[in-house]
Amino acid sequence: MPQLAERIRPWLTAVDERPQGAPRWLQDLRDRAASRFGALGFPTVRDEDWRFTNISPIVAGEFRPAGPAPAAAGDLASIPHAGVGHRIVLVNGRFAPELSRLGSLPRGVRVASLASAVTEQADVVQRYFGQLADFGSRSFAALNSALASDGAFVHIADGLILEEALQIIFVAAPSGDARPMTSARVLVVAGERVQARIVETYAGPADMAYFTNAVTEIFAGENAVVDHYKVQQEGARGFHVASMHVHAARAASFTSHSFSLGARIARNDAIVLLDGEGAECTLNGLYLADGERLVDNHTMIDHARPHCPSHEIYKGILGGSARAVFNGKIVVRPDAQKTDAKQTNRALLLSDNASINTKPQLEIFADDVKCTHGAAIGQLDDDAIFYLRSRGLPYFEARDMLIRAFAGDILDRVKIPELRAGLEQELYSQLAKDLEEIDRQ
Amino acid sequence: MLDIKSLQVKVEGKQILKGIDLRVNAGEVHAIMGPNGSGKSTLARALSGHPEYEVTGGEVLFEGQDLLEMDPDTRAREGVFMAFQYPVEIAGVNNAYFLKAALNAKRKHHGQPELDAMEFMQLIKEKSKLLDIDQSMLSRAVNEGFSGGEKKRNEIFQMALLEPKLAILDETDSGLDIDALKLVANGVNAMRSPTRAIIVVTHYQRLLDYIVPDHVHVLSGGRMVKSGGKELALELERRGYGWLENGVTAVGA
Ligand SMILES: Nc1ncnc2c1ncn2[C@@H]1O[C@H](COP(=O)(O)OP(=O)(O)OP(=O)(O)O)[C@@H](O)[C@H]1O
Ligand SMILES: [Mg+2]
Repeated sequence: MPQLAERIRPWLTAVDERPQGAPRWLQDLRDRAASRFGALGFPTVRDEDWRFTNISPIVAGEFRPAGPAPAAAGDLASIPHAGVGHRIVLVNGRFAPELSRLGSLPRGVRVASLASAVTEQADVVQRYFGQLADFGSRSFAALNSALASDGAFVHIADGLILEEALQIIFVAAPSGDARPMTSARVLVVAGERVQARIVETYAGPADMAYFTNAVTEIFAGENAVVDHYKVQQEGARGFHVASMHVHAARAASFTSHSFSLGARIARNDAIVLLDGEGAECTLNGLYLADGERLVDNHTMIDHARPHCPSHEIYKGILGGSARAVFNGKIVVRPDAQKTDAKQTNRALLLSDNASINTKPQLEIFADDVKCTHGAAIGQLDDDAIFYLRSRGLPYFEARDMLIRAFAGDILDRVKIPELRAGLEQELYSQLAKDLEEIDRQ
Repeated sequence: MLDIKSLQVKVEGKQILKGIDLRVNAGEVHAIMGPNGSGKSTLARALSGHPEYEVTGGEVLFEGQDLLEMDPDTRAREGVFMAFQYPVEIAGVNNAYFLKAALNAKRKHHGQPELDAMEFMQLIKEKSKLLDIDQSMLSRAVNEGFSGGEKKRNEIFQMALLEPKLAILDETDSGLDIDALKLVANGVNAMRSPTRAIIVVTHYQRLLDYIVPDHVHVLSGGRMVKSGGKELALELERRGYGWLENGVTAVGA
């Protein structure tokens, strides 16, 4: 992918000035990532995986690594669920101990800044870091790997059942830089039979142009049950590109709940490798976009072993001139007999100018498998609206009821009550604004 | 209660109702019969305010007010209820939740206090017995996965709950076995009152054995071609529609 040299040059300068001083293995990894990024450049709409997502506003933004911001600038007030459970907070990608709440972690659970874990938990970090987030063909992962100097590290020892949710919160805050970029990084290692709920949140100021480039790696050990929640509520002028890479061992059960509510352009990749017999994954997604915003969800479930079920349902609500992309890839390897994969993608278009490009992508190399997929895109059902109105519900109430029914199905799966309530609040207050806009026209 | 004067209705550019006159007084039950495609459902939907049904002439007074001026939801809150021939399934909307919202919308409209969850459940319990509505039908999504009979029962159940002044039942009997038919008829008969009017659209005398009408009308080709007492329905059952003056036709036939 040839790139205009002058467009990528400012980025290469940042990469050349990448953090130094890490242990040899990590420094090597950064160096390799840096040279890989230099070779790849940024993807363009000529790349199949980026066909409908034009990132030139990001490239042209010439974002530079954000400097530190005072912890007080890290505004958690916009995150309704910030008070839930244990939490590690990172401001501009750097650990903010003053905002974190890690005092009552049970024994066997380690939550720390990735920068400190690199030396304090050297063996674990070295064994897992960068194992899933392959940057051979992913330029944003390469950029992140070259530049990430800190992040969140979570290690949960075998057999532990975590009662309280564990939160990882990335906040962008003004640091004096004109075009700040955060290379957010998360590494979660959950041992065998672990049961845990992890909430990963991205937020930032509404009036700041910034870029979050995040990479998350999650290892779910044998028989582990990991519930992962991602809440993307970046500011309206923020850009968000993130990939989450998951490794599920034998009989592990991984569930992802992805809520993509903010950012001017948001691209969420979820890549799950079902790498042990009986491993199971569920991907639930709900996204909302309005105005000129773009939200792109790319998921990939790699069935590498037999008897692995996967369930996926993504729903979107689009208003204004918003655009969405959904690409659901399911790979079934030759070994993966008895795979049972189900994918559903639905989108509700609230305005005539909103649109979505959606594509299932099945690559099946085993014969004894069950794979189903379905997509349904449409506006609110007029017949349903009329039916509700014929029973006395005013139009606005009827419309609200149908929209809530659409989203409720995904929200109902959230098992942390405060998070669910917070998401509802966030989602419906945004929707109320969008609908007001639509009604004015 | 209801006064329809020379009502004309177009659907998708096609003139379906070509001047309907009908007067329904409080306390009466009217049956509207007629061949397929004659415009019965069109009349019912136009009265309920469906946006696809464009009124091109005539007027409709409901309790002296211009019904056609009202939104569909205002009509409902004012006391017009329509039991649909094909009730819509609404995924994700819990039936009980929906019923409570509908009931409270109406109560609010009439300046009554909204019912709380307890009061509502009490009311539901009372009304559901009559129509043999079980708990699972209430906790499921509105009409979703309901059998044909369940959908029709749910319509009448809604009517019992909302206590309209004017109820229009569009082929509520079709697709019902005899037990379900009796259940539905009982539900409707329980609603008969000197202050309420009911219009039943049906093809069959069978329903009228249970819900005995005061007046029977035949709609054909978008016009009322004959009216009479309950014996007219029996005669239609015996002789079909062919003997009627000018014969009968579907719209546009
Ligand atoms: N939504 C619609 N779009 C287009 N045509 C319609 C629509 N609704 C009704 N029609 C047409 O209007 C005419 C009358 O239909 P209507 O449903 O009112 O008849 P009906 O008397 O209720 O018949 P049935 O006994 O079969 O229920 C038919 O020709 C029908 O095709
Ligand atoms: Mg009909």
